[in-house]
Amino acid sequence: MQSNTGDLPHTTFPDFPSRWQTQINSTLSEHEQIHAWLEIDLDNRLNFSSGLVVITAHRVLARMANDENWQEWLCREDMKLTCQDHAGVYSIELSDTHARLACWHCTLGRHQAVDQLISCFSRLIATHTVRPNTAAAESAGSKAPDDTSASMDNGERSSASDQEAITAPPSSWTLFRLWRFARPYRWQLFTGFMLMLGSTAAALVPPYLTMPLMDNVLIPYQNGHPIDVDQVTLYLSGLLAAAIVAWILGWARTYTLAKVSERIGADLRTTTYEHLLKLSQAYFGGKRTGDLMARIGAETDRINLFLSLNLLDFATDVLMITLTVVILVSIDPWLALVTLLPLPIIGWLIHLVRDRLRVGFEKTNRVWAEVNNVLADTLPGIRVVKAFAQEKREIERFRTVNRRNVEINDRVNKVWALFTPTVTLLTECGLLVVWIFGIWQVSQDHITVGVLTAFLAYISRFYLRLDSMSRIVSATQKAAAGTKRIFDILDHVSSVPEPVKPVYLPAMKGHIELHNVSFRYGTRWVIQNLDFTIESGEMIGLVGHSGSGKSTLINLICRFYDVTDGSILIDGVDVRTLPIAEYRKHIGLVLQEPFLFFGTIAENIAYGNPAASRKEIIAAARAAHAHEFILRLPYGYDSLVGERGQALSGGERQRISIARALLIDPRILILDEATSSVDTQTEQEIQSALDNLVSGRTTIAIAHRLSTLQEASRLVVLDHGRIVETGSHEELMARQGHYYQLYQSQSRSSNDENRSDTAEKTMDIRSNRV
Amino acid sequence: MNLFDCKLSRNVFGKLTIMTQNQIPEEVVPVRAFPITAAGEGIALVDNQGHEVVWIDNLAELPATERILIEQELVSREFMPEIKCIDSVSSFATPSTWQVQTDRGETCFILKGEEDIRRLSPTTLLITDSCGIHFLIRDRSALDRHSNKLLDRFL
Repeated sequence: MQSNTGDLPHTTFPDFPSRWQTQINSTLSEHEQIHAWLEIDLDNRLNFSSGLVVITAHRVLARMANDENWQEWLCREDMKLTCQDHAGVYSIELSDTHARLACWHCTLGRHQAVDQLISCFSRLIATHTVRPNTAAAESAGSKAPDDTSASMDNGERSSASDQEAITAPPSSWTLFRLWRFARPYRWQLFTGFMLMLGSTAAALVPPYLTMPLMDNVLIPYQNGHPIDVDQVTLYLSGLLAAAIVAWILGWARTYTLAKVSERIGADLRTTTYEHLLKLSQAYFGGKRTGDLMARIGAETDRINLFLSLNLLDFATDVLMITLTVVILVSIDPWLALVTLLPLPIIGWLIHLVRDRLRVGFEKTNRVWAEVNNVLADTLPGIRVVKAFAQEKREIERFRTVNRRNVEINDRVNKVWALFTPTVTLLTECGLLVVWIFGIWQVSQDHITVGVLTAFLAYISRFYLRLDSMSRIVSATQKAAAGTKRIFDILDHVSSVPEPVKPVYLPAMKGHIELHNVSFRYGTRWVIQNLDFTIESGEMIGLVGHSGSGKSTLINLICRFYDVTDGSILIDGVDVRTLPIAEYRKHIGLVLQEPFLFFGTIAENIAYGNPAASRKEIIAAARAAHAHEFILRLPYGYDSLVGERGQALSGGERQRISIARALLIDPRILILDEATSSVDTQTEQEIQSALDNLVSGRTTIAIAHRLSTLQEASRLVVLDHGRIVETGSHEELMARQGHYYQLYQSQSRSSNDENRSDTAEKTMDIRSNRV
Repeated sequence: MNLFDCKLSRNVFGKLTIMTQNQIPEEVVPVRAFPITAAGEGIALVDNQGHEVVWIDNLAELPATERILIEQELVSREFMPEIKCIDSVSSFATPSTWQVQTDRGETCFILKGEEDIRRLSPTTLLITDSCGIHFLIRDRSALDRHSNKLLDRFL
């Protein structure tokens, strides 16, 4: 290391910011090496500014861009480098046991560098403590850069590639990405294309035939020659034949290509949905349902329409124009040149409007999603809206969004409406040019009247095509915008990825270990450094205020999210290496708000295992104490539930969801406030159903009512994402700590409830007596 | 508790502390209740556990020393740069890198998707960048033409 850096004493890191290079070199003594560095982007008043913090073997150096000199602190063993984050800003503090020495700030984007800096510093301080003499520290220091630089490199590299993935804008040729979906149908597409070529060519025959008809039949007749009936029959039957061939081929072409595009659209829709369902919970947390529904429904339909109609037409048009140009040039190059003159002008016009239209259509898409969002917000919450009598306000909100919708569409229509008439005008002008040039040419005897007629016949078709081609502009833009929004979903890599080399657990025991687990949601640390083991078959109660990280912990264990730091091991295997679907099959989840899908009760119970026999379903329902109330329903297990289905009470729905969890016979059971939304009576029923469920399984239960956790062998008390206490109910009560306070405050309020209950009862008794 | 009854000071570790009734200094952190709509009103001093210790109705009512201490602390904690001008955006398709002038200086950030621009009111927008930092546009109509034109493409 020393010899390597002999000529370049201080360049430990190849990616060290170059603008700091000279400044730092003049400060460092010879052989003093940079162990870690952090480029900070905020000053102490949190204004954007640049600065650098550097750690070498014995000191910490810092300088802001507008400072005169470096500030330095010599490393001492009582020093500590800590960091906190709040509202997207890291505050890094250097302090010793007496006071804070310095404080720096940077934005969250630099978290990896911050982590490196802090871990490097604590390592250095540790070596100082073990071997306080400088010589030893020197030797340790010279060794340290190796591994810091290596780990730093790794960290930086991954962050750099992450950054790239985030910043790279999507290609403007988004539509070509649809090829991925078209590939399976390439032979049908090829056939369709050949049919298109044939039908287009056939359609170009009739104008060509007008030329001999004019020159060989009509004009000689005008000049006194009789009409040659055979020749006329030949030409006219040619016209008829061409029309019939064009008709048959056109039908075959449209049918083949429409069929293919329909399949491409369906594939696109299914693939997007499939991908969407595989995305992590975090993705759904950040999106609104209305928007996602619009993307999968309306956008795929728009793309489909584009492929089957607009693109097909466009391809025909291009083919037609190419063939026409070839024919025109072959007849008379000069006249062809004049005819084609307006083409670039129209092309330029199309290009001009294209941009404005695309922006407009993206806006209409977005505002449309907004309209959907208002609906998706209000309709599920209709009870709240009605209860607070806020219908008017919601209508007003809808009206506002709708007004914006109209406004934006108006703006787009203004540009769009101008477009088609302009093309028509240019068409007329083009025809005029051809007439002028044509008449002059005829008068000069350069061309025959027949040639001019043929040209005019071609040209009117030609410009008609341009007119319809202009429609492709808006359609392409719409479809491209839609494709982009679809690929936004498809390009989103799940933050909970499937393992590359999955590890299969033949039989899961349900032993859970949490190693130094931390989790950050956005800029907020929800869970910090949890270390914790749950034995197989043990029942754990998670206790804590709301917001203490209980539900997040469960989401992490279910792998709805991945840990930010640390690891979760199941039977000694990291959850991230287990195939997701297979792993979740071992988890039974009973939530506070049980969700029933539309379908029969039997289907709902068998949701986790659709192959379950009727016997198994009934057994699960019995164990969940749901059997009897199900039998009381008019159609028993075949009663329809879920949206628009049979109305069930909260307790009943909960017992169905318990039966659902029981049926898959999970090794790990998670009860997230399973009984908190029901009354005490129902709670007892559910509790006994749960007892059946819990036995012999690793169970993690969250409960607001601490009394429901008495079965738990251990209680874990969480506060602000950290474990503050663990132990049985008795132990924790004896400790008189966090749990004791929680319990006390709850029993006090429940006593109050009981007292009022008894008061009511005595009232009842008295009134009865009276 | 009323703030006038207790002493607010800054300790050697740079934290604000308050004297509790039993004369033990307790570390507190000032938090605004309405950081965007009414920044000066409603400020709570909360302890490390997040429990409210003191409530201040209006910052202006405090004696100068206390007010300055709290303001200093807020300045070093609050971070919501207000966009004054959008210089350029790398592309109109997201993700896109924005070069902006804020009240805290010039910076650039990455916008991950249009849905990260949220409307707080018809003219106030809140933009969340790729690392979760919030940028505020307090009044859209106060932005210059160029900025508004760029912004409009994302709305």
